[in-house]
Amino acid sequence: MASGATYTPIATQTLGSNTPSISFNSIPQTYTDLVLVSSYQMSGGSAGYDLCIQVNGDTGNNYSDTYVSSTGSGTPPSGRNTSTNKFILDAYGYPATSTSYTANVTTFLNYSNTTTYKTSLTRANSTYGVDAIVNLWRNTAAISSMLLFMSSNNLAAGSTFTLYGLAAA
Amino acid sequence: MANPTLVQLATTTVGSGGVSSVTFSSIPQTYTDLKLVVSGKTDYTGAAYDLGYVGFNGVTTNLSFIRLQGSGSAASSTSGTGGIFFRANASGTGSTNTFGNAEIYIPNYTGSTNKSASVDSVEENNGTEAYTGLFAGLWSSTAAITSLTAYPNNGNWAQYSTFYLYGIKNS
Repeated sequence: MASGATYTPIATQTLGSNTPSISFNSIPQTYTDLVLVSSYQMSGGSAGYDLCIQVNGDTGNNYSDTYVSSTGSGTPPSGRNTSTNKFILDAYGYPATSTSYTANVTTFLNYSNTTTYKTSLTRANSTYGVDAIVNLWRNTAAISSMLLFMSSNNLAAGSTFTLYGLAAA
Repeated sequence: MANPTLVQLATTTVGSGGVSSVTFSSIPQTYTDLKLVVSGKTDYTGAAYDLGYVGFNGVTTNLSFIRLQGSGSAASSTSGTGGIFFRANASGTGSTNTFGNAEIYIPNYTGSTNKSASVDSVEENNGTEAYTGLFAGLWSSTAAITSLTAYPNNGNWAQYSTFYLYGIKNS
């Protein structure tokens, strides 16, 4: 491992109450990759909602995702959305229950370059399912901010979100 | 700029003769997340592939998982209890020098909520058979994780298996 290839915490947020969204702003451009580690619940609601991210304030249909999932039985569903307005960070979107939290690790690769579209890799895990997802943001701008929110309802109190920087060297 | 906070807490390399389990005890409570990285092989000779699983604080109760698995030709979903599982190699025909690899990430291991885990794992049998196993793991306990034990699903952990435990701080 290169000496610089380690987790450096950039910012962390722990929710004291149910919250519609959180932001990470002024993300340093000094790392190679970003890793977002999330432990979260949704406040109420039912299955079918997702943790979502919009970057750099872009609300246009400039995102896409491809996923494969498991709910523990049957043929694993796989699919893609080619034109959406957000990153999808748990394709099955089941809100964790009051006694457990979804464990989500998402890596944004080469986020600070200004020549390529940006991709992310997500592994989301809850009592309802396993998701592996790749997202694409069709924009060459460096990622400097993120807005996190649920596709419905709020992020629940007790949820934690930490953004780490990884340097290649 | 904050300091890097991925810290290696402990390592184990299995010696000659193998071991029935690998335990990391007295885990410091000063980190936010834990990451266990395994290069694992069991001495089970009935197949070339196997599984390992993790338990916490000396127990393997109240543990459950959901698995998404790919074999190169088909994908499948299963669920179960008794541990947080991951793919490993075994010692059957065709497994010479092959070890499975797994990364188990556990956020908020000192918290007072149930503990969720994210597992990415893979094993390959010298080009003739391979599995990718993605697991969602849950320990339904509000206790902080103070020890972690990795068990082979069959037999013992074989010589040269390695287990690295890391702590990650969020500040």
